Amino acid sequence: MLSDKLPLIKAGLLLCLAAGLMALPAAAQQAPAREQRLIRMVRQDCGSCHGMHLTGGLGPALTPTALADKPVESLAATIYGGRPGTPMPPWKAMLSEAEASWIAQRLLAGFPQEAQK
Amino acid sequence: MNGKTMNAMNRRSLLAAFAAVPLLQSGCASWSAPAPEGSGDLGVVVERARGTLAIINTSRRELVAEVTGLGDLSHASVVFSRDARFAYVFGRDGGLSKVDLLQRRLVARVMQAGNSIGGAISADGTLVAAQNYTPGGVKVFDAQTLKLVADLPTEYAPGRLSRVVGLVDLPGRRFAYCLFDANEIWIADLSDVRGPKLTKLQNVGKSPYDALVTPNGRHYIAGLFGEDGLALVDLWEPEPHVRRILDGYGRGQEPLPVYKMPHLRGWAVAGRYAYLPAIGRHEVLVVDTQSWQEVGRIPVAGQPVFVMARPDGRQIWVNFAVPDYDRVQVIDTPTHTVVATLTPGKAVLHMEFTPRGEAVWISSRDDNRVSVVDTASLQTLAQLDVDAPSGIFFTSRAARMGF
Repeated sequence: MLSDKLPLIKAGLLLCLAAGLMALPAAAQQAPAREQRLIRMVRQDCGSCHGMHLTGGLGPALTPTALADKPVESLAATIYGGRPGTPMPPWKAMLSEAEASWIAQRLLAGFPQEAQK
Repeated sequence: MNGKTMNAMNRRSLLAAFAAVPLLQSGCASWSAPAPEGSGDLGVVVERARGTLAIINTSRRELVAEVTGLGDLSHASVVFSRDARFAYVFGRDGGLSKVDLLQRRLVARVMQAGNSIGGAISADGTLVAAQNYTPGGVKVFDAQTLKLVADLPTEYAPGRLSRVVGLVDLPGRRFAYCLFDANEIWIADLSDVRGPKLTKLQNVGKSPYDALVTPNGRHYIAGLFGEDGLALVDLWEPEPHVRRILDGYGRGQEPLPVYKMPHLRGWAVAGRYAYLPAIGRHEVLVVDTQSWQEVGRIPVAGQPVFVMARPDGRQIWVNFAVPDYDRVQVIDTPTHTVVATLTPGKAVLHMEFTPRGEAVWISSRDDNRVSVVDTASLQTLAQLDVDAPSGIFFTSRAARMGF
């Protein structure tokens, strides 16, 4: 299922870049409920080290400015597989590769806020 | 005669004048003094998403007031003045705020860094120190005014400042802290704030992530993220040096992912043993504080984050990193076994014992709830609605070294 999705995501990303838009095409979207969970996970759990506002802490800042020179693929690979030799753990037990890519794209675009309760 | 004596005298005559007011103007209802109040059963809960501090009363188990406008409290910690009246709040955004718990208001605030992680207060109550990531270093403030009195950048190589973790107060106006990026432990002596003296211990082990000082002020222990083991310094030695303890506790096994860094404080010590979170292992490590040899390890439900002894040392309470953070486990110290697993709410971030430990307060971030649990019966005594609660800090910390 993942391998089905990935080419679509890549195609979607190209479209997105070509259009100069950061809104994501349908192929890379998650189900809305899952999307909200991922947003919450990044803000709250990744936020333990990177800050709830993603301005950094023990882990580096994850704002669009801070990530400007980072390719989306390498960000996605870091999220999914971790960075050996640093405290960055692999999140693959909790995320699919497609979800890691979605998070990477969203970080580069300016990460969404959690929906208001 | 110095200014201080004059002030004290003036205050006394002023107080006498106020005391006389009700007698002179009996029947006048326009002036009434607030009922005198202690602060020994007060505490604060950090509302991490709203930049707000909730003031709570641990006897009445209720929310007393909220103090807003404290900036980014997504990672925040608190120390208390010696009179247990003021809370000093260290925010993620480098804000240092002083909150009056009795008047329930913010009384002073400075932006002292770009990114901060916590702080400490000196034993004599005069100096508040903040540990910073950006720019890396420790800044020391006058506890009364929050005026900067010493700046101690952690420059470990030309132009390179290390992020600071594991800051603790030591006896004698000293502080100890770890340089996460430089694998060093520094001890700063601020007996003379204009000429701080630094002692630098190098090559303490890879990536010290947090540290603690034992309740007697003798041993400073740094957890190492990059190695299986901890760094121990005996501060009573004339020339302190670092030795490794619990070396190789992972024994070459592939570590499990660490989704959140554990936190260390003096609460690790119960009787003659210290109970420490393993890194990348779902275990609590038990070490004998006489010999510093490992005496056991206790399997637990996840990556431990806080491993805290009840003040009497009879129990150890443990919470965990995501995805196991809906559980709290209780270890019985005489038998070194887990005797209870509780589920007080979603995303447990912190626990705090009442001064003598008959109850523990537990924050559940995702349920917007703080639970008060009886530590003997394990029954829930009360639940308070608090928005995204994280750290809980009671004023009894004011009297404890390393808190």
